[in-house]
Amino acid sequence: MKARTDVLVDVQGLVKVQGRLPALRGVDLQLGRGAFVALLGPNGSGKSTLLRLLAGLARPDAGSIRIGGWQLPDELAAVRPHVGYVGHETLLYAHLGARENLRFCARLYALDEPEPRIDDMLRRVGLERRAQEPVRHFSRGMQQRLAIARALLIDPALLLLDEPFDGLDSEGREMLLHLLHSGRERSILMATHRHSLAEGLADRALFLRQGLVAGELSLADHVPGALAARQAELTESP
Amino acid sequence: MSEAIEVCALPAERQPRLLRLLNALTVLALPLGLYVALVHAGTDTSQGDVQRLFYLHMPSFFGAALAFGGALLAGIGYLVKRETCYDSSAVAGVEVGLTLALVNLVSGSIWARPIWNTWWTWDPRLTSAAVMCLTYAAWLVLRNGIDNPQQRRRLASVYAILAYVTVILTLIIIRIRPDTIHPAVIGPSAVNAQGSFELAATPGVTTALLVNFPIWSLLLPLTLLWHRYRLQLRIEVLEQRKAQVLNAPLRAAKGAD
Amino acid sequence: MLRNFLRAALTIAGKDLRAELRSRELLGLMALFALLAILVFSFALELDRPGRQDAVNGVLWVTLLFASILGHNRSAALEREHGGFDALLLAPVARGAIFAGKLLANALFTLIIALLLLPLLTVLYNLPQFPPALLLIVPSGCLGLAAIGTLLAAITVQTRARDSLLPVLLLPVALPLLVTALRASNAALGNLPEAELQTWILLLLLVDLIYLAAGFLLFETVLES
Repeated sequence: MKARTDVLVDVQGLVKVQGRLPALRGVDLQLGRGAFVALLGPNGSGKSTLLRLLAGLARPDAGSIRIGGWQLPDELAAVRPHVGYVGHETLLYAHLGARENLRFCARLYALDEPEPRIDDMLRRVGLERRAQEPVRHFSRGMQQRLAIARALLIDPALLLLDEPFDGLDSEGREMLLHLLHSGRERSILMATHRHSLAEGLADRALFLRQGLVAGELSLADHVPGALAARQAELTESP
Repeated sequence: MSEAIEVCALPAERQPRLLRLLNALTVLALPLGLYVALVHAGTDTSQGDVQRLFYLHMPSFFGAALAFGGALLAGIGYLVKRETCYDSSAVAGVEVGLTLALVNLVSGSIWARPIWNTWWTWDPRLTSAAVMCLTYAAWLVLRNGIDNPQQRRRLASVYAILAYVTVILTLIIIRIRPDTIHPAVIGPSAVNAQGSFELAATPGVTTALLVNFPIWSLLLPLTLLWHRYRLQLRIEVLEQRKAQVLNAPLRAAKGAD
Repeated sequence: MLRNFLRAALTIAGKDLRAELRSRELLGLMALFALLAILVFSFALELDRPGRQDAVNGVLWVTLLFASILGHNRSAALEREHGGFDALLLAPVARGAIFAGKLLANALFTLIIALLLLPLLTVLYNLPQFPPALLLIVPSGCLGLAAIGTLLAAITVQTRARDSLLPVLLLPVALPLLVTALRASNAALGNLPEAELQTWILLLLLVDLIYLAAGFLLFETVLES
């Protein structure tokens, strides 16, 4: 990426109106290189909207987003190859097989030598045996695994995860935890409502409420229950 | 940031001076135009009194084309600027245009009954004018079919641009389809046009057209457009406030617990 | 630059073709509809021998138009089913390539149906001979239909009414295409003076060009959120 600084994502005063109401009302956010930040907050607090804006799927109404020194949305083209996104929908094609879906993604991102990577990804999400099967035969959990494989296939510098554990069984959860822990140093922003998972993974938590950053908490010390306490504290404050 | 992300500015309670002037002009000019068309102009020697419909038939089409053109420009403007007021002008343009296009179709149909001996015929020009109306009716359906306001404005803008194809088609079809029986007013009519007339043949025809053309193609559409635009702005602000009020107790409750 | 564009467009079109190869959902539906439409037309119009020859042109284009509407609806719905349009928007490809890819696949599907219809109509509607000019006119018509259909289906798939809205939006805007294509093939069939054939083909290509330009300009706006 462009200028080598410690900050990968720099968001200032981000505003996005969704429907007739502002979903984000001036969000500031910095994400360092290699940082893992959990995004917490109740339904409708703007988590998904924020992730969609960072992925370049929506345009901000005000404020600025810089990713790796590039300004969104004007310089999106330069950012796109480096951003992986797992959203509410799986972004898969039901009639294509698991491998075909990944291969299509690899072609879109113009990856060199994609086949070994695709094999590797399929193995890591535990789908190597069902690689040929059309995705429409997959259960929700298996589709979610493939969606994660799809996002990781491009080896993104920034990974945006919107409730990635939804639909996963305990085995799938372990797999995803393992995937997120290992691998190269990438920045991850993960929206979730599961405190336990956030505590185990992230090194910082950010609380969104009504489209604003309500507070944050360092999770470096791994104090169990710290998140819940902080959340309670935030909702009590006026 | 606050709740005060207004979609657009509420128009002033009092109408701007220019609009009040337009109101007065329209109110005075409409009866005047009708008087000139119905009384002052001489009776057409071959067609009789029904020819008087022409003074409102042709100008109202151009009024519709103007209003639809406004919707086209508003659509482009919205896609570039993403400001609600452009979308509001598009609504005004389509609704006013549709009204005038209906005036055009109905007056033409009444005229055709004695002259062509039928209310309606599947002539290329008539068909394309009807298709134009249907296209903009489809625009209204599309706009109503999308709940999210931003999405609605964006997609409606795209379709307002595409829909103008049918206006252009109606304007030029008389030249590219020689088999029309619809007379051309400007330039030579098609060979088998029926019911055309010489502007100079009857005294007062040119005057009546000169008086009525600006009224129906410019003055009336502009006045209506402006009023409808102001109304739409009010609707947008109202919807916005409604959403805020409906959302407020939810937030208050959330803040309290 | 151009190579990347083409590669992306072909990748997207290839994806649609591959999915179609797996499911045969779209083409099966379109072909069946087209066949039924031909049958219904011949019953409804109660045509005698010369009548059939006069009507064949209209039957061909109206059937093709409605079959393509069916195809565009299904194709857009499949793309949107699991957020596929988002997948395309996320990818580092030129925005125009996304439209080009979808357009290419849709045009090909419509063309396949057209190529199925042509011999059938020649036989069933007693065409005296098959005019070679149709081999230019029909693909041009399919291209135009796919251009405007791909764009509009991406709009209607986002509405509450979904696929029921596409015909209402498409038919009026596609009228210039229908008029020029009908006239051109009518001229090719020998029902119009020889000299008109060239004019109508040129007009048809012009309409194609306008639709393509509209699609490339507006498609991204339609998809963003």
